[in-house]
Amino acid sequence: MTPSNGNEDSFTTPPLVKSRAQTFPAAPVGARLRTLMTFSLAVAVALAVHLFVSKKEPVPETRSYTVFLCAVLAVALLTAPAQLLWSGLRRWRQNMHPILAAVAFLLCLWEIITSGLRLLPLPYFPSPAKVLQSLISDRMLLFDSTWHSLILLISGYALGVFAGLISGICIGWSSPIRYWGMPVLKVVGPIPATAWIPLAMVIAPSAIVSAAALIALAVWFPVTMLTASGISNTRASYLDVARTLGAGRGYLIFRVAVPAAIPNIFIGLFMGLGASFLTLVVAETVGVKSGLGWYVSWAQGWAEYGKVFAALVIMAAFFSTIMTMLFKVRDRVLVWQKGVIKW
Amino acid sequence: MVAVAEGKASSLRLHEVSKSFPAPDDPLARHAALQNVSLSLAAGELVSLVGPSGCGKSTLLRLLAGLDSPDSGEVFIGSEPIKGPGAERGLVFQDPSLFPWLTVRRNIESGLVARHVLHEKRHEVDEFMRLVGLEGFANAYPHHLSGGMAQRVALARALVNHPKALLLDEPLGALDAFTRMRMQDEVLRLWQARGTTMLLVTHDIDEAIYMSNRIVIMTQRPGRIEQTISIALERPRDRSHQDFLRLRGDILELLHFAGNASIENKS
Repeated sequence: MTPSNGNEDSFTTPPLVKSRAQTFPAAPVGARLRTLMTFSLAVAVALAVHLFVSKKEPVPETRSYTVFLCAVLAVALLTAPAQLLWSGLRRWRQNMHPILAAVAFLLCLWEIITSGLRLLPLPYFPSPAKVLQSLISDRMLLFDSTWHSLILLISGYALGVFAGLISGICIGWSSPIRYWGMPVLKVVGPIPATAWIPLAMVIAPSAIVSAAALIALAVWFPVTMLTASGISNTRASYLDVARTLGAGRGYLIFRVAVPAAIPNIFIGLFMGLGASFLTLVVAETVGVKSGLGWYVSWAQGWAEYGKVFAALVIMAAFFSTIMTMLFKVRDRVLVWQKGVIKW
Repeated sequence: MVAVAEGKASSLRLHEVSKSFPAPDDPLARHAALQNVSLSLAAGELVSLVGPSGCGKSTLLRLLAGLDSPDSGEVFIGSEPIKGPGAERGLVFQDPSLFPWLTVRRNIESGLVARHVLHEKRHEVDEFMRLVGLEGFANAYPHHLSGGMAQRVALARALVNHPKALLLDEPLGALDAFTRMRMQDEVLRLWQARGTTMLLVTHDIDEAIYMSNRIVIMTQRPGRIEQTISIALERPRDRSHQDFLRLRGDILELLHFAGNASIENKS
């Protein structure tokens, strides 16, 4: 009972080893050392510029930034030789050092423009040293604000995704529901969630609840839209095959149509995430008395622009971390697409 | 739940079946895909369906699969009328239509999952992977497979439910000539090992002669059965044998006539 297959089938062993897409080809040792030193050099330049510029500044404001730059320089110098022994680190540094060096140069440039040449009006554009100092001195409040933003974001996003998946699956699968649901979706969905703020404030029992509901609304629309289109565009042959395998409705929906729609659903999840960040910050600025959005407007009220920038730095880190996590989840879930579709 | 008896084949029968579809360009007109078609397959028989494209071969198969229902006439498996799709009739398309989000193993298991019997029958999956020569590929995803391998997975997925009849809609049509010939032997081997009734739609006359007990030739617009030819050649068949080639010539001639509806039915 051996199958009579020749070589045609046997040479296509599945390439289960992941290929690293974005690494640079190995460079000769001299070039490699040079590229690895650029980051250290960039930080050293930034530090020198800072020490020169900050002579005019009060000491307590600049000390933490000096310490910070020294620490980064130390790390850069220490990892440069370490990469000779550790190939993982080497690959990472080879890949990342142009970006890291560029960041160091940008900090340096920022410092020259602000406290060096004083090209920008001062209270609004503090130096990186001032921003770092605000970040450190106000860390408890910033941490607290980030925490509150996180809670609000997660609750609103989860609610929106949950509702969006349910309505998306219903609209995508059942044509009577599509008939009645699609017009509602098309008319109500495109209204920006923030436009509901006046109404939400009146209806909801508290500002937090109304903010969570608005975030959920902002997420719901793209998730519903993309889920519905993914479900209704499921290839007919998948459904036909499943039917002839004895599948009931539950199998057809949850084991065929939903997996087939997952790539679409993730696009909806990403769009919803972007919308949720926007709605979160606006809702916190307008109504909610906590969170990063509230912190920014509060600091602005006191003309403490160092704190405004500090909060922006935190927001950038916070939002991009969440975005990265969603990317990781997607890569895990859509592992079957690897090599089929490039994102 | 449909009781699927192991290794038991069933006869298939269409009685005076007609089916039409709305014309794509004119919503009021209808194209007759099949007109008064009657056909029966004995249990365990392998029958090929050949004919020009658009003669309703695939429609006929979909009716037997239960994916479509006829406008008039009746369709039976054994003595049971066919009312919808069921696990006792397996279906394999030209496009393997594997679920790309499932590994090879899970694709083959999907029929068991769909019927909620995975627990009792899990051990059979290995047997089917061996049967189609895919032991080493259990955890590969479909996009890693070549066309021939993907079609074997599709066959195994259909066979795991122990169907009483297997409906094959040009399953080897997209394969290159060498793979196709090897797969013909594989399908024959599966047929001989399991005794399943098989209805094979194909464009390839050599394939039809090489594989089937009977060849059913269909005409175009409206789809009707032109003639049925029994193939009495010894198995394994020799593609270059005189009788083989003569049959091939006869059928080609018939198909040429079948393209012209004006020629009278020769049966």
